[in-house]
Amino acid sequence: MDFLNAIVALSNFVLVPAIAYGSQLALGALGVTLIYGILRFSNFAHGDTMAFGTMVVVLVTWWFQSMGISFGPLPTALLALPLGILGCMALLLVTDRVVYRFYRAQKAKPVILVIVSMGVMFILNGLVRFIIGPDEQRFADGERFIISARDFKEMTGLREGLAIKSTQGITVIVAVIAVALLFWFLNRTRTGKSMRAYSDNEDLALLSGINPERVVMYTWLIVAALATVAGTLYGLDKSFKPFVYFQLLLPIFASAIVGGLGSPLGAIAGGFVIAFSEVTITYAWKKVLGYLMPEGLEPDGLVQLLSTDYKFAVSFVILLIVLLFRPTGLFRGKSV
Amino acid sequence: MKKLLMATAATALMAGSAFAASHSKEVKIGVILGFTGPLESITPDMAAGAELAMTEVNEAGTLLDGMMVTPVRADSTCIDAAAASAAAERLITSDGVKGIMGADCSGVTGAILSNVAVPNGMVMISPSATSPALSHQNNEDNGLFFRTAPSDARQGVVMTEILMEEGVKEVAVSYVNNDYGKGLADSFQAAFEAAGGTVTLSAAHEDQKADYSAEVGALASAGGERLVVAGYVDGGGSGIVRAALDTGAFDTFQFVDGMVSDTLTAKFKGEIDGSMGQVPGTDSPGAANFEKMAGDAFNPTGPFAKESYDAAALIMLAMQAAGSTDPQVYKDKVMDVANAPGEQIFPGELAKAIEILAGGGDIDYVGATAVELIGPGESAGNYRQITYKDGEEVTVKFR
Repeated sequence: MDFLNAIVALSNFVLVPAIAYGSQLALGALGVTLIYGILRFSNFAHGDTMAFGTMVVVLVTWWFQSMGISFGPLPTALLALPLGILGCMALLLVTDRVVYRFYRAQKAKPVILVIVSMGVMFILNGLVRFIIGPDEQRFADGERFIISARDFKEMTGLREGLAIKSTQGITVIVAVIAVALLFWFLNRTRTGKSMRAYSDNEDLALLSGINPERVVMYTWLIVAALATVAGTLYGLDKSFKPFVYFQLLLPIFASAIVGGLGSPLGAIAGGFVIAFSEVTITYAWKKVLGYLMPEGLEPDGLVQLLSTDYKFAVSFVILLIVLLFRPTGLFRGKSV
Repeated sequence: MKKLLMATAATALMAGSAFAASHSKEVKIGVILGFTGPLESITPDMAAGAELAMTEVNEAGTLLDGMMVTPVRADSTCIDAAAASAAAERLITSDGVKGIMGADCSGVTGAILSNVAVPNGMVMISPSATSPALSHQNNEDNGLFFRTAPSDARQGVVMTEILMEEGVKEVAVSYVNNDYGKGLADSFQAAFEAAGGTVTLSAAHEDQKADYSAEVGALASAGGERLVVAGYVDGGGSGIVRAALDTGAFDTFQFVDGMVSDTLTAKFKGEIDGSMGQVPGTDSPGAANFEKMAGDAFNPTGPFAKESYDAAALIMLAMQAAGSTDPQVYKDKVMDVANAPGEQIFPGELAKAIEILAGGGDIDYVGATAVELIGPGESAGNYRQITYKDGEEVTVKFR
């Protein structure tokens, strides 16, 4: 029984939250890595692209709610998601047309594009606040929990509760579907193959007759979809606030770099590495060990490797170690 | 002869002051608050509170014989000391303000004070910086810094009293990792342990981060009857509460002033029933006056809106008392107008106060928050104890 309690406590405070957070980071990092692989620059505007897509989803969700449309136990935001993706696609195509295309034609260096993307970031930042305001918005509805801590305790009679939020379940399922679709697209379709060819060797790809503008357009469309899905899942799970999406940029970039920039598989692995390292290394094992150790040997202290103050240091130390020993990331991406 | 002399002297004086007034009919006061950043949802009400006081004085039109007050807003960002200092520098050098109402967060307030206000000799009255580190016992601020909010050292004691009355002996503390959170957590822990309580874990959380599972995991392992959340409602504080509720780690919380707001009740509704909190507040008639004056223009019950009104009012009244807009001159009058003796002044009576001061009288500014400046120029502090019932905030009593 004590063993079960230990496992439940560990899942409740470590496994479940880290898996959900990791999925959100992975989706965000996929977008960053795709842009790096194909357009060859680090897109600092990604966090605010997520915020924009999510904002459209929030607005459409409110519209649906006002008309009485709901999705049963699931959040209405899932119904609004396709419209949000369309809105975000339109935005990214417009920014590409008015901003990035100019620099592409100039064959601008990646570092210039990075600075340009920062400019885009600030504009999007302002745009989102202008439309929906700087405040926190709640748009989650439907059932909150698949199973709540209290119900779990009653059901199993264990002392520890296990809570799984429906948003956490949805996050993982949607992330799996999105990733599966993306890999199918990249590996099986003609456009996907041409995108990979363009990413591997631009000159060869151009020689073999691949239209670069078309590849770029498809990249932005996919990135818009990924960013909106990631942003919406994050917003459902926590809450939507423009400022927080701006801050999300840091862990997302850490994930993409740890996994190897330009490698989609790496982005996913990186997302989970960052999420798990933030949660596990700073976890206080007192409770879990208290159940596992024989009586009288329970720890008095917290049994915490590092205080939670250092949880961001943990992800950056991992980032440093990876870059020192494998400069291209875990999955052999491009060097930074 | 004597009468003639007096009359000439009086005429000369009046002409002189009229002459001076015609030269500078305007005085600018800086309103530096975090219009962006973790406090961005409450600062508009604070700025509106401060500007309400200036409008009131302008309507009377009697300040220093017809001086008009203009507010100049600047963004403190609440977290970025460099940006805040640059904004304050601009207020002084380019806008030429004669006093600063602000800043809001303790960290940036300290930065502005030491980098900009003290070197430039500028008076600052903060409505909401509550870090004990800002209590300058040895006059490090050259007597330039005041606050209409009490130091957190006081809130730590009040919070301990509430918890002890409730019979809560064991708590965990999660504080936001800045001057405000750290100062509050430390002063609370000292007071709570002195009163015989136990703090199982006092851990910091960063503001505005994506995920708080790690923090809540550690707090849950440490345990405790209640979780003390010393953070911001728009920042990490809500994230901690959300994660603690979702994982079933804690059911009830003790909220500090940065957490208690309409946003909190809107976010968590009935989920935080049974939790408690304390915010600076008073049942003095001033608060009601202020709320009536504000009407629907902004939310007068918003956190620190009243303190902001009082801070702005104190700057203007001190100017009147000193007969000058020079910060080096009127800084010595701030304590005089704020405290007894003198006629009590409530919100909406600024015109009367100016009249009394102009006539050489004494005032005791009570304002919207029963201002009483103690020690190195900070509010003595009145607290409103609240609890949550059926998703609503209920006032228990005033301390």
